[in-house]
Amino acid sequence: MSALFTKRLSKELVDLKINPPVGIEVTEADTFKSWKLTLDGVDGTLYAGERFTLEFRFSPNYPMESPEVVFTGNIPIHPHIYSNGHICLNVLYNQWSPVLSVRSVCLSIQSMLSSCTCKEPPPDNNHYVKTAKASPKQTQWSFHDDSV
Amino acid sequence: MSDEDLTFEDSYRDSDEDVEDVEDEDDYVDDDDTDLNFTDVVAEKDRKKNYEVDFIVHSIEGIVKNQDDEVTHVSNILGIQKQHAATLLRHFRWNKERLIERYMEDSTEVLNKAGVITDNARTPKFIKIPGFICDICCDDDEDLDTLALSCGHRFCKNCYEHYLTQKIKEEGESRRILCMASKCNVIVDEKTVELAVNKDIHERYRTLLNRTYVDDNEYLRWCPAPSCEYAIECHVPQTSLTSIVPTVECVCTHRFCFGCGFPDHQPSICVLVKKWIKKCEDDSETANWISAHTKECGKCHSTIEKNGGCNHMTCRKCKYEFCWVCMGPWSEHGTSWYNCNRYDEKTSIDARDQQAKSRASLERYLHYYNRFANHEQSAKLDRELYNKTEKKMEEMQQTSDLSWIEVQFLKKAVDILVQCRMTLKWTYAFAFYLARNNQTDIFEDNQRDLEMAVEQLSELLEKPIEAEKIAELKQQVLDKTVYVGSRREVLLEDTAKGLLESRWEFQVDIKS
Repeated sequence: MSALFTKRLSKELVDLKINPPVGIEVTEADTFKSWKLTLDGVDGTLYAGERFTLEFRFSPNYPMESPEVVFTGNIPIHPHIYSNGHICLNVLYNQWSPVLSVRSVCLSIQSMLSSCTCKEPPPDNNHYVKTAKASPKQTQWSFHDDSV
Repeated sequence: MSDEDLTFEDSYRDSDEDVEDVEDEDDYVDDDDTDLNFTDVVAEKDRKKNYEVDFIVHSIEGIVKNQDDEVTHVSNILGIQKQHAATLLRHFRWNKERLIERYMEDSTEVLNKAGVITDNARTPKFIKIPGFICDICCDDDEDLDTLALSCGHRFCKNCYEHYLTQKIKEEGESRRILCMASKCNVIVDEKTVELAVNKDIHERYRTLLNRTYVDDNEYLRWCPAPSCEYAIECHVPQTSLTSIVPTVECVCTHRFCFGCGFPDHQPSICVLVKKWIKKCEDDSETANWISAHTKECGKCHSTIEKNGGCNHMTCRKCKYEFCWVCMGPWSEHGTSWYNCNRYDEKTSIDARDQQAKSRASLERYLHYYNRFANHEQSAKLDRELYNKTEKKMEEMQQTSDLSWIEVQFLKKAVDILVQCRMTLKWTYAFAFYLARNNQTDIFEDNQRDLEMAVEQLSELLEKPIEAEKIAELKQQVLDKTVYVGSRREVLLEDTAKGLLESRWEFQVDIKS
């Protein structure tokens, strides 16, 4: 399994460095355990001019199993992002598919931020942050907003 | 003759009538007593009792065969490949009729929703495609084996194997493994799985599928006994569980309720069993302790434990002052400080009456709980008794000229005894929730008769065995065993009938 895992991540990393998507940059990828990327708010959206950091953690089963993705440091205020950095996005959990990649996840999150019309935390933020486990993958997510 | 004897008699007569059609008319002589009794016994055996349900025990092989039969059947009717028929059936939780009905109405929608694309030209196989790059591992070897489901999303063999192994081994998934492409809801069918994974994983996959077959099917349930691999088929729907207690018995001899999987709990219906168990878990020990160690404040009914000091009590909550001994107000104790002699004064009696009333419901619960727990405990002791009985049976074979088969009566007696204790145990949970009316009297009479008979049999079995008295003992045990068994039948029959006729009134809502 690890052959597939390292081969795939090296290719993804090369691809991200040679051909980086707009506003997304790999800042830390020393191991295949976890990467850090910066994500810039797109011009003309509520997050224009802001810069966020995403952390990806990979299990050896990647890409058969989804990576763990959280915001760290400056956390965007968004109805689907909890103040502890957990992100409510179905492709990170039950809708994950092995053809998805770090790039496609970043793009999904970027588009989720861009389509936001009102900067406010999730309604259950306080309760969730108090009770959530360290890994967002241990949360049973229910996805009720199909608009993003 | 008491009421329940009449009921018994009545049910005998009912069975006569039932049998009349089947029996040879010439043999049947109405006014001949012995003949009548003889027909009765046969009839009683043939007739299905109200508290019994029909069921079939299936082995793993049977389960596999059943699945195959249903898949073949559906595949023939709908004219689709077997692996697709299987996926459809799993999507419809093995409700064949509904699947066929819906398929006839709108086959496209059914196929879409179930994640099946029927394309008979495309059977899953590995092919090599020049210039192919796998989207997952980014491999572009010339002789890469690739595989695609009918949706056309193509990936390499290696990735398929990794993916399926991960799903099956790590996630325990079997019936809903989707195509690896993002947002594609086509199910990876059985044939593809077989093709792509190694033998061990495939075996695991089949086991998981068998498991979901039983779990998904409303009329199938695994025997819950440890390491038992049989499944029971019983056609009692969940909606009937307020009027039937479907007890089934696996070939491993484990008796359990098909409705909830709990060990046999006749005559209580599942919902009462659930409530009762919850109540006992929450309350019983606490209630016992409260009952033994505390009293209630005569004014605000707070529960108070006196852990030292004098009898002049002041309620922390409402500041009511009273005497711990007589429960009367302290103000009337005048100068007789710390030495209560007022037990019979009116105010004290009133205070204690009040107390008694509020404690009554607690006492009532404990009454039923203690009897319930007692039979549970006795059943455990009976298991020990069973071991003793085995020894006894050996003894009897040595001390008398009885053969093995002739001393089997003791084993049978213990079996019946344990079974009756289980029944008795649950009668107390049932009775706890019964609303009192004329019917409850009949129920309690039946309960009492069974309880007495059970205790007598239990006592008989504990007697030391004396060689010269074996024949006598055998006769006594045999008689008692038959009697106890019949008392249990009477009780279960009457309760089951009452449930069917909605004759029982409960203090709780059994529909919720």
